[in-house]
Amino acid sequence: MNRIVPAPIARQPWAMLVPLLLLVAFGGAVLFSAAGGNFDAFAKGHLIRFSLFLLVAAIMVWFPRDLVKFMAYPVYGVVVLLLVAVEAVGAMGGGSQRWLELGFMRIQPSELMKPAIVLALAHFYSTLPGGMVQTWRALVPAGALIAVPMALVLLQPDLGTSLAIAFGGAVVMFLAGLPMRWFVGAGAAAAVAVPLLYFFGLKEYQQRRVTTFLDPESDPLGSGYHITQSKIAIGSGGVSGKGFNEGSQSHLNYLPEPHTDFVFATMAEEWGFLGGLFVLFAFGMILKWGLGVARRSNDRFAKLLAAGMVATIFFYVCINLMMVMGLAPVVGIPLPFMSHGGSSMMTNMICIGTLMMVNGWNRNQPKTGIY
Amino acid sequence: MRKKRRQTPVTSNTLKSRFDRRSFVLASVGGGIGTLLAVRMGYLSIAENEKYKTESESNRVNLTLIPPRRGWLLDRNGAPLASNRADFRVDIIPERTPDAEKTLDTLGELLGYEPQKIQDLKDSVEDARGFQPVEVGTGLTFDQFAAISVRLPDLPGVVPQRGFTRFYPTGPSVGHLIGYVGPASAEEYELDRNPLLITPGYKIGKDGLEKQFEQELRGVPGARRVEVTASGRIVRDLDTRRDVQGDPVKLTIDGPLQDYAARRIGLESGSVVVMDCLTGDLLCMASMPSFDPNSFSDGIGRVEYSMLREDERVPLRNKVLKGLYPPASTVKPMVGMSFLKEGIDPEETVFCGGGLRVGNRVFRCWNRRGHGHVNMAKGIYQSCDVYFYHLAQRTGMDPIAAMARRYGMGQEFPIPVTSQFYGTVPDPAWKQKKYDRPWAAFDTVNATIGQGYMLSNPLQLAVMATRLATSKVVMPRLVLNDKVPNFEDMGVSDEHKLAVRKAMSDVVNGPGTARRGQLPISDVLMAGKTGTAQVVSLTKSDGRSGPWKYRDHGLFIFFAPYDNPRYAGAVVIEHGGGSGAAYPIARDVMTFMFDPGKGMDALRRYESQWGGTAQQRLERKYARYAAEAGEDVLPQPTRDEEIFARVDAEARMVAEETVEETADAAINRSQNVDSTSAGTPR
Repeated sequence: MNRIVPAPIARQPWAMLVPLLLLVAFGGAVLFSAAGGNFDAFAKGHLIRFSLFLLVAAIMVWFPRDLVKFMAYPVYGVVVLLLVAVEAVGAMGGGSQRWLELGFMRIQPSELMKPAIVLALAHFYSTLPGGMVQTWRALVPAGALIAVPMALVLLQPDLGTSLAIAFGGAVVMFLAGLPMRWFVGAGAAAAVAVPLLYFFGLKEYQQRRVTTFLDPESDPLGSGYHITQSKIAIGSGGVSGKGFNEGSQSHLNYLPEPHTDFVFATMAEEWGFLGGLFVLFAFGMILKWGLGVARRSNDRFAKLLAAGMVATIFFYVCINLMMVMGLAPVVGIPLPFMSHGGSSMMTNMICIGTLMMVNGWNRNQPKTGIY
Repeated sequence: MRKKRRQTPVTSNTLKSRFDRRSFVLASVGGGIGTLLAVRMGYLSIAENEKYKTESESNRVNLTLIPPRRGWLLDRNGAPLASNRADFRVDIIPERTPDAEKTLDTLGELLGYEPQKIQDLKDSVEDARGFQPVEVGTGLTFDQFAAISVRLPDLPGVVPQRGFTRFYPTGPSVGHLIGYVGPASAEEYELDRNPLLITPGYKIGKDGLEKQFEQELRGVPGARRVEVTASGRIVRDLDTRRDVQGDPVKLTIDGPLQDYAARRIGLESGSVVVMDCLTGDLLCMASMPSFDPNSFSDGIGRVEYSMLREDERVPLRNKVLKGLYPPASTVKPMVGMSFLKEGIDPEETVFCGGGLRVGNRVFRCWNRRGHGHVNMAKGIYQSCDVYFYHLAQRTGMDPIAAMARRYGMGQEFPIPVTSQFYGTVPDPAWKQKKYDRPWAAFDTVNATIGQGYMLSNPLQLAVMATRLATSKVVMPRLVLNDKVPNFEDMGVSDEHKLAVRKAMSDVVNGPGTARRGQLPISDVLMAGKTGTAQVVSLTKSDGRSGPWKYRDHGLFIFFAPYDNPRYAGAVVIEHGGGSGAAYPIARDVMTFMFDPGKGMDALRRYESQWGGTAQQRLERKYARYAAEAGEDVLPQPTRDEEIFARVDAEARMVAEETVEETADAAINRSQNVDSTSAGTPR
């Protein structure tokens, strides 16, 4: 450890914090431009929310492991109840909705479910005796834990979030050591189920999103418009972009949602390929650090929890970037730390806070020969 | 159990190493996806950069074409036969108008619209989407335009602007010659995929010279580049490129003469062609009745169009080029030339007793009492049919047909017109081919007096007159250039040429058939030849009275002065009842040529009887027709600005008066171009 820097500061996980802070600041700059050079519109709220949730994350660092383990199922249960409440309010209001109005803020329980499912599964597998990992007892309760919130979120209907929940859960199950053939089998089953799901499970607007993703030019002014305009924004940026505040696609409203789902395209238009590489690199650093935290932990619960959180952030980043570059259908998933929006910031900062928490636990754990 | 046996015991360490292995796999997959994303982004922003840059620009920039001002069609003195009239119009852009109701009420009040019209506008503004402007009015007066412009701060979204519409100062007088303009049809756009053609407000030449010179007259459109948002709102103007006006086309036509001739045709249906004997310049190609190309260019109404289509005098056909008539006796000087060429002595006489037996049929001379002894000169000036019947039997048809073609009959001329009907010069080979019947003696008899199969258009008759006058192969031309063409000599001896000239002069000035055709100018003698073309057999009509369409055509070819031909031409009056309908027109047109004042006096006398100029009569006729059809006809928009050099017949008079002291005619002509003085009634 460097002695010039005081220990409390040197102790902080700078390998993650530096890219994160740069990313959020960069996000603020992009949002400033997306609002047409207005700081108050998006950028201010973005930075305030980040500061707030960074504080939350700092507080989470102090949570002891036992408390977190103890709270795992109750937290999961509360979030499921909130999801039910969303459905109930939606049904009474005569329309579907995704959030709950709490007076001081609006919360989206489906967002909270992403870290909550990871927490619950990590706890489940950490308590599952090692001998049962190969048996149905490792699968069925975990499957139920995933299926209930997925079903509730699909009812909203929000395909992107339910897939995110499934992905987080699946990664925890995979890392928990469940037999490989189950995953292969599940992959095969998915290959069969996806077409069936497409024709019978998806709403028409969701079907259209998939078909236009496959051929965006088929309907350039209709549903393919989002993907086409996003690709134009990214492609027209070139190597170094059109310059800060000079993006015509975002400023003239050709790009849909330039401050939320398509913030990466807004960025790429003005900062070009170099800006894109920076964003990819920053996410890479954060995720690499997160995975390192998971691997360094000696505790099964902490390992699975940290890895699940990394997977959750990764899912956001991966699906969002694939979507804006025309590699995935438009599913409405924002880009962590850059998109304007409280819910995604909250989820991702909970993930970061959890990782910082596990990082803190790691520091206090007995050293082993491996690490 | 079988399953358990196969399984190795799972310990905490196994799970740990599984976690390590599997997390490594996941990290690799994640890294792979990250690399894929980086590659994908590089592909989009570097490899496909050009493509997306273009697409981004075409998103951002909206190009509006500014229709080019059309080139002018000028007469030989540089006065416009077709020009562009500044047109004031006002549009409204609904998106920029917060309170469209109120704005339209104000506009309607300023423009004096009726409540119904204002309501229609409100409806169309409501239906309009995006940035598409809605037309509120065109053809505004300057006062209306100014009134709106002054109130612009209170009228957001209202765009008053200047445009141009095609303007033909002499209207119907040039209708057939010049044609008209109109919006391009789908077929025209198929042929020429120029985005200009589908720009609102742009018009292309649809007929006549407007169509023929489309490419020259078109010009280069201007363009306005603006930055627009996705919803079409204009953010700012990027740049504007001015249009380049189309090139002017200078014609050989003499504007005032064209107008005079067209108006002099009066109530008749016919055409007048005048050519310059020295250059072949077509000075006048008038065809009446005609349409007003101004109303075609403004988008002709259904009622007006059906009025023109139903008229038995076919005002939609250019009779100069597409009217075919038996040339009748106007061929006689030309046939005389062929006799001379065949060695017949012009003093040889033939006895005319009022008819000639050919085969078993008697062909009558037009003069049943006979002409007595007839030599060639008398044959021409008295138009004795028997003289030609008799001698044509001797020469046969072939030399006559060859001579006819040499004088322009049956020929198509290389002038820039959309189409010419070139008629027929019959000969034995032609008849054999066409009807599969041998040539008969009576065919020759018919052909020598320009009847039977023989057909020609008025332009050919004018060319024939010019070639008779000059004995040169004068070619007509329509586009002016400074070169004086050198025409091939026809190989006619001076003696023969002068003999025929003298005979043709005697038609008018001597004991001929057109003595009322003498010019009222002491030192200029006009020569000519009358013709009366039978339309139906004498048993059906006497040719002079009865139903209009059974009356004879009246024809006249002429040149003047007879001893030093300067101008030549032809007049054809459809169903005029004989040549008496044609040669007075030629007389007045030639009078106007040499003494505009005298010519104009004659025209004014006629027009006061006929009820106004051709344009005034056409407008009244339309109003009457429309009233019968139960439609309201709005008065023609007043033309406040007298910005155009005048090409109507009166302009020549004005020019003459201002330079009365100067005898030099050349100066008169050039002065006329600049003359803008008004005051003469139109």
